[in-house]
Amino acid sequence: MTDLSKIRNFSIVAHIDHGKSTLADRLIQMTGTVAERDMKQQLLDSMDIERERGITIKANSVRIEYPAKDGETYILNLIDTPGHVDFAYEVSRSMKAVEGSLLVVDATQGVEAQTLANVYQAIDADHEIVPVLNKIDLPAAEPERVAEQIEDVIGIDASDAVEISAKTGIGIPDVLEAIVTRLPSPEGNRDAPLKAMLVDSWYDPYLGVVVMIRVMDGVIKKGDRIKMMQTGAVYPVDRLAVLKPEMQNIAELGPGEIGVLTASIKQVRDTRVGDTITHDKKGCETALPGFKPAQPVVFCGLFPVDSAEFEDLRDAIEKLALNDASFSYEMETSAALGFGFRCGFLGLLHLEVIRDRLEREYGIELITTAPSVIYHIYMKDGSMFELHNPADMPDLSKVDHLEEPRIKATIMVPDEYLGDVLKLCQDRRGIQLDLTYAGTRAMVVYDLPLNEVVFDFYDRLKSVTKGYASFDYQMIGYSEDQLVKMSILVNDEPVDALSTMVHRARAEMRGRAMVEKLKTLIPRHMFKIPIQAAIGGKVIARETLSAMRKDVTAKCYGGDATRKRKLLDKQKAGKKKMRQFGKVDIPQEAFISALKMDD
Amino acid sequence: MPEDWKNGGFGLYIHWPFCQSKCPYCDFNSHVAADIDQTRWIRAYCSEIRRSAAETPGRVLNSIFFGGGTPSLMAVDTVSAILSEVRDCWTFANDIEITLEANPGSVEAQRFAGYAKAGVNRISMGFQALNDPDLKRLGRLHTVSESLKALEIARGAFDRVSFDLIYARQDQSVEDWKRELKQALSFDPDHLSLYQLTIEDGTAFGDRYNAGKLKGLPEEDASAEMYFATQDICENAGLPAYEVSNHAQNGQQSRHNLIYWRYGDYLGIGPGAHGRVTLGKARFATETHLSPALWLAAAERGTGETRRSTLSREDQAVEYLMMSLRLSEGSEIGRYQSLSGQDLPEQKIRDLDKLGLVKADGNRLRCTAKGRPVLNGILRELLT
Repeated sequence: MTDLSKIRNFSIVAHIDHGKSTLADRLIQMTGTVAERDMKQQLLDSMDIERERGITIKANSVRIEYPAKDGETYILNLIDTPGHVDFAYEVSRSMKAVEGSLLVVDATQGVEAQTLANVYQAIDADHEIVPVLNKIDLPAAEPERVAEQIEDVIGIDASDAVEISAKTGIGIPDVLEAIVTRLPSPEGNRDAPLKAMLVDSWYDPYLGVVVMIRVMDGVIKKGDRIKMMQTGAVYPVDRLAVLKPEMQNIAELGPGEIGVLTASIKQVRDTRVGDTITHDKKGCETALPGFKPAQPVVFCGLFPVDSAEFEDLRDAIEKLALNDASFSYEMETSAALGFGFRCGFLGLLHLEVIRDRLEREYGIELITTAPSVIYHIYMKDGSMFELHNPADMPDLSKVDHLEEPRIKATIMVPDEYLGDVLKLCQDRRGIQLDLTYAGTRAMVVYDLPLNEVVFDFYDRLKSVTKGYASFDYQMIGYSEDQLVKMSILVNDEPVDALSTMVHRARAEMRGRAMVEKLKTLIPRHMFKIPIQAAIGGKVIARETLSAMRKDVTAKCYGGDATRKRKLLDKQKAGKKKMRQFGKVDIPQEAFISALKMDD
Repeated sequence: MPEDWKNGGFGLYIHWPFCQSKCPYCDFNSHVAADIDQTRWIRAYCSEIRRSAAETPGRVLNSIFFGGGTPSLMAVDTVSAILSEVRDCWTFANDIEITLEANPGSVEAQRFAGYAKAGVNRISMGFQALNDPDLKRLGRLHTVSESLKALEIARGAFDRVSFDLIYARQDQSVEDWKRELKQALSFDPDHLSLYQLTIEDGTAFGDRYNAGKLKGLPEEDASAEMYFATQDICENAGLPAYEVSNHAQNGQQSRHNLIYWRYGDYLGIGPGAHGRVTLGKARFATETHLSPALWLAAAERGTGETRRSTLSREDQAVEYLMMSLRLSEGSEIGRYQSLSGQDLPEQKIRDLDKLGLVKADGNRLRCTAKGRPVLNGILRELLT
């Protein structure tokens, strides 16, 4: 139980690679929270994929004890939040659990789109914000210019920004001091009924489900019977701890404190990020505001490359889903790909993370079909349903109209690439909302259909700007548009897994691009193969893959028999990675590569 | 089943691993060595021959083949000593074919008469190209005029003479090849091996190709055109294809190579030589040391063999089909079935038939003229 005035809770807001994790590592290290020999990079990112990509997916926290210059020892709780738009809701809850943020900006790069999205969340959560300029040891650092940019673009005072180099340790003591002197202490009433926010939760193989909480009011103790206000479920608290960052048991947590609990909760699915935790008896009356159930926005099919692995895939997906409430799945049957699952994700990164974990942790090779968004289909009989899979598109004669989700995309880019970015957004049916400059960097805001973004927009953006653009988005709602289902026929048979929803005006162009791409992706067969794109019964693009003409080993004598037989064995194994469609073998990578536009 | 090899006959392959220089396209087990103690090699070959003969008593030998490397670098005495050992070990068929591969250089040609006297009755010469600049690009040490002189000498010495050409060479047009082939046919050979240039990994051409530096090779369509032109021209000249790359006048087919393609038994003696041999109820694949020095030492110690693996029924069936479908006579469906214990996939055969790529009549399955150039695809269909 700590005096409120001696607590500071904060998060770090930064664009990817601007040094968030390094700064966190440095704060932990300099306060002696972790012994030197136990230090490793990106200490707070525990998943392989987080470390590899340098991103944070799950929230984490660390409790730091800091003896300040005023002679008092403070408890600093850092919540490491996910930094990606896919996890915007999770970020917003983490932000609500702390009172202040360090805004870390790379002094050689300046403000990026992701910085903006996250800093606005911090502002929304009424945070006190301390700007921190990182990498000032580099020759290219321009702290004055970047400070000015922070003021211009974000609109916060950056005159007393802390200048640091997280890598070398310069300025770290100033950061610690700024946290104590410039961030507010939390508020709360120890005597009020327990009110704690569920910040995040995860599955630990030894402890079961671990729940991270921030106590707002009241006190939680080991052995208390607690209630989750959203689900109504009641659990006894088995263990209460703080993270340093390894778990250290503690008897109780009072207002303003951040810690974790375990309570014999079976599945992560039983916990909801943003839920309010109170006591079963004499609990609080009203829950904390802002709770939202997880809402998948991007869908795709996941099929095992080897159809014999379907049951393994089912097991793996069920296990992953236990640990990730935001991921949804249902069984799907595709004529082309057999049995698999239609899965819903918070966004593309989330999709990639899940797919990556399935392949890596469960060793299942997957075919991923084109990502799709949720369309609202308004039928002539007045009903509306949500379409998750283009293959399920109903007969057009019964459809009144269609609505698609749109996003507000913010792109920051050096002005020499602006023209290419505008063209890309225009090509993707974007409507320009804003265009402003901060120095030589432009900030463009576009209203874009999500379906033009889910697939390869980010790749294209990176390629046309040589990686200098940054991009972030938020959902803004649905609007009607002329969308049609485009089918792909290979050897005159429709391949359901290649169906996509496209804008009518762009259908022919997309169709042409897809059939041309498929022609290069499907190997030559013994016969010629027509590849067509069609809307309804009307073919809009066609290519023909000619038959194989020459493929024979010129010399094959006694010494070649073994080698040749082994080659056939290898090809037999390789064929498992193809999907037979009618008589055509389609390689697994074709299902995704066919959609990539090299425009 | 244990008698299956009899459908193909019994042959002996002897590998001479040395060449004067290594050709940039060649991925065979060949080595350039300064001085070779041929007496020592004779002893090693003879010891290996006796070892193999002890396992296959009472067999009648249909063919012997000296391959390489460059067997025409063997001294006449070496060939003679080996053949006399073989004669002591097995009974020869009345029509035994004894072939030696030769480079058509002037030095080699001087030995032709000696080889014939030792018992060689067929020679197979590596002409490869009929113009000198291309011979140079292929790394060949002889000239076209030497080739032609060697041909004349060979005709005086042997009953049967064959030569090889390589086509689909760098910067060779379909017309260039047609002209060259017609010129070759004007020499009136009884047998021709016509190979499309294949770029193999681990060769000088392979390295250059992988580095993007081997230019001017024909695309798939041009190479198909050359193949079809080859079939037509040879057929019209009375040398129809009896195998993917081999053409012969009636009765002049290479009996030795037919043993491979008809999936008979063959013993492989010498560095890197492979064999297929039925012993008791099992059929084995045998391999020997690749390195000449290692093989020589091992053979002197008792055996040059490094590996002997039992071929499963499935392996045998696959090997039979992939070898026999190369022949214009095709495969015996019943033989495949009794080897594998399974039927060939009927629907796939019907599909391939409909595409005009194979013909199944009675008990035989054959590739059509259109099917043979895509045999790898057909085998993938049927076997994978």
